[in-house]
Amino acid sequence: MLPRLIPVRETVLAAAILLLLILVASRFSGFVAPANLVNVFNDTAPLIILALGQMVVIMTRCIDLSVAANLALTGMVVAMINVAMPDLPIPVILAIAVLLGSVMGAINGMLVWKLAIPPIVVTLGTMTIFRGIIFLISDGKWVNSHEMSAAFTGFPRAVVLGLPMMSWVAIAAVALFGVMMARTPLGRSIIAVGGNPHAAVYTGINVGKTQFIAFLLSGALAGLTGYLWVARYAVAYVDIAGGFELEVVAACVIGGISIAGGIGSVGGAVLGALFLGVVKNAMPVVNISPFWQLAISGSAILIAVAFNVRAGRSKGRIILKRAEAPS
Amino acid sequence: MNERLALAHSPVVSMDAITKTFPGVKALDQVRLDLYPGEVTALVGENGAGKSTTVKVLTGIYRPDAGTIRIDGKPVTLSTPNDASNAGITAIHQETVLFDELSVAENIFIGHAPRTRLGLIDRAEMHSAAQQLLDEIGAPLNTHTLLRDLGIANKHLVALARALSVDARVVIMDEPTAALSHKEIEELYALVETLKTQGKAILFISHKFDEIFRIADRYTVFRDGAFVEDGLVTDIDEDGLVKMMVGRSVDQIFPPRQHKIAEDVFEVEAYEHPTEFADISFSLRRGEILGFYGLVGAGRSELMQSLFGITRPSGGACRINGTPCVIRSPADAVANGIVYVPEDRGKQGAIIGLPIFQNITLPSLGRTSRSGFLKIAEEFKLAREYSTRLDLRAASLDQDVGSLSGGNQQKVVIAKWLATQPQVIILDEPTKGIDIGSKAAVHAFMAELAAEGLSIIMVSSEIPEVIGMSDRVIVMRDGRIAAEISGRDLHPETLVRHAAGITTTPQLQEA
Repeated sequence: MLPRLIPVRETVLAAAILLLLILVASRFSGFVAPANLVNVFNDTAPLIILALGQMVVIMTRCIDLSVAANLALTGMVVAMINVAMPDLPIPVILAIAVLLGSVMGAINGMLVWKLAIPPIVVTLGTMTIFRGIIFLISDGKWVNSHEMSAAFTGFPRAVVLGLPMMSWVAIAAVALFGVMMARTPLGRSIIAVGGNPHAAVYTGINVGKTQFIAFLLSGALAGLTGYLWVARYAVAYVDIAGGFELEVVAACVIGGISIAGGIGSVGGAVLGALFLGVVKNAMPVVNISPFWQLAISGSAILIAVAFNVRAGRSKGRIILKRAEAPS
Repeated sequence: MNERLALAHSPVVSMDAITKTFPGVKALDQVRLDLYPGEVTALVGENGAGKSTTVKVLTGIYRPDAGTIRIDGKPVTLSTPNDASNAGITAIHQETVLFDELSVAENIFIGHAPRTRLGLIDRAEMHSAAQQLLDEIGAPLNTHTLLRDLGIANKHLVALARALSVDARVVIMDEPTAALSHKEIEELYALVETLKTQGKAILFISHKFDEIFRIADRYTVFRDGAFVEDGLVTDIDEDGLVKMMVGRSVDQIFPPRQHKIAEDVFEVEAYEHPTEFADISFSLRRGEILGFYGLVGAGRSELMQSLFGITRPSGGACRINGTPCVIRSPADAVANGIVYVPEDRGKQGAIIGLPIFQNITLPSLGRTSRSGFLKIAEEFKLAREYSTRLDLRAASLDQDVGSLSGGNQQKVVIAKWLATQPQVIILDEPTKGIDIGSKAAVHAFMAELAAEGLSIIMVSSEIPEVIGMSDRVIVMRDGRIAAEISGRDLHPETLVRHAAGITTTPQLQEA
């Protein structure tokens, strides 16, 4: 049996993360203490959750630039709901967040599916609109921690079995998406649509609808993260998670998800996010300037893409041979 | 006339013993072709005769393996399209290769625009030169118009002006009328006359006999990559030309077929589409192979895509086993037991990112999953069953589809469809571009499927395949059914006649 491409890529990435941890540990052993690693993971949880949604979108040959704005808008809305109705139970808040995020994702999805507008344009537009709406509903004011209820801010930090809820939510999302990609017809459709949209059509798969569902999922996760983010940092304002969408896309690219669609895995998205999380958390403790942190993240993206291009090249050779044959 | 022919005794371009081989296929086998100044030479042949390859050799896209090309009697090497262009050879393709977002003048002069002393493009000079070229060919176009605002006929005029701007001596026209209206075709003929009077040598490739006899002075016939005959058009008639095109030795053996007549499985009535086809009615019987023959662009694939729900017809009805069926999407078609194996495997067939077994089970996931979750073991079972039946050569079903040969990829696509247990299978050019061995396997398998009671629609442009495999053949021309032929009437010449729209039918009964 030939080794499959994706596990190879994941192994390389896992090794890179491990190497990074060893390097950091050699300078500051406290970083790899279990308690600190838990913190790093918890810190990376929002990135992991969003990367899962972005992965699905990218695999269907789209991109969702509105995730961070969706997160911020949902966060603001649930924060304001909490201020208005402090007794609303957390499960209801969670449901509202997911629902609101899904609606925003569905708007993206409908524009891509029914109007066939390029996804980058759609989500660039909705990104700006969502941020604008936050300003409109909040008048540009902050919702601060003292206005939020204790239950609201407590949920993501509540520790269950040694891990904060924030981390558990990320783990649950990873498990859910893992099963979805590997064991459901939807997961298969997502790979098929990105891998060969023409062939997918002939197989009876509705390409536009699959892309719509991908945006819906991405939006739902962004909404969920919106609540977790606002509650964890106990503040909501217009610019939270500004520019975070690019970090999410970067995590996917580093994780080996092909920007051309069709190739990618849940494991890759998680590892890509963890890599960025480790870089971000480790650099300050070993006294490396923020500039290096950015440079390392950027280099990782380029290396990952170069790796992908190299992996894709053997395919190109086959196509060329066929193209050379007379018509 | 005589004067001109006397002048034309030495060809501008002469191809001699040109051979071009691709892995497994001899596309051109020692062909010769002469083009004379001020004359139109029609290159005639079936699909796969080597016409396109010839054009590519002449325009420097392919390098021949053997043989010589002479220009004005001197041997030349055309290694790149630039060489060909410098030698004065230019081609106008079926789909014009121009730039939609540039103006007419920019398209004409792209790559060799007149420059100012500073090295910038001299726009005034470019537009006036373009205008002059357009006037020469009588094209009423504004040089500032963007190309995308022009119709296909006018795009041809621009392509032609471009050809003249590099001082072309040889103009290759590859099916230039394929997408033109009658009026536009007349204008093109006038243009060809103009080019002739300017002493250009014209190579005219066309499937349409009326065109060939209308404007060509000479003909050259290729068959299966080999030269058959050439001569003056005045010395030949349509019948003779058809005979030269199809008169081949049968080197392919087709599997024996039992021609059982059974009940109608799939009936199509008055299917029509606003732009692609009209008046399509036919029925398909159980265990039958129904061939669809026609020239490229006759609307066969378009009809099949509509039957499969990819495009929607504007009218008509279909019935499966006597029950009316509504097909609005490919999913509906699959649900009704109709599947479609498309022509372009790379683009429409296998999904390269998925392993073999997942490719095979993709349309059958409903059957391999329980309460919404896929059972990988079930998938393997289904995939193994059909890959064994199709004699798929693969190390493992978990292997990437992209690592398989073209023939084996084709088998994966067919296995995928058979796994849905269809009643009607539409095969669009099932053996195009695959090697002889795989071809025979596909043919044998088609015969086997038909014997098992599956009904097959086979779209094919290869006459031996159509005749060797089909129980009945429907010939399409210009989006309509031109003829339905079966039994003893199934002859290469009959097919070509109906496909090309030759109305006279002398001595057909004798054949």
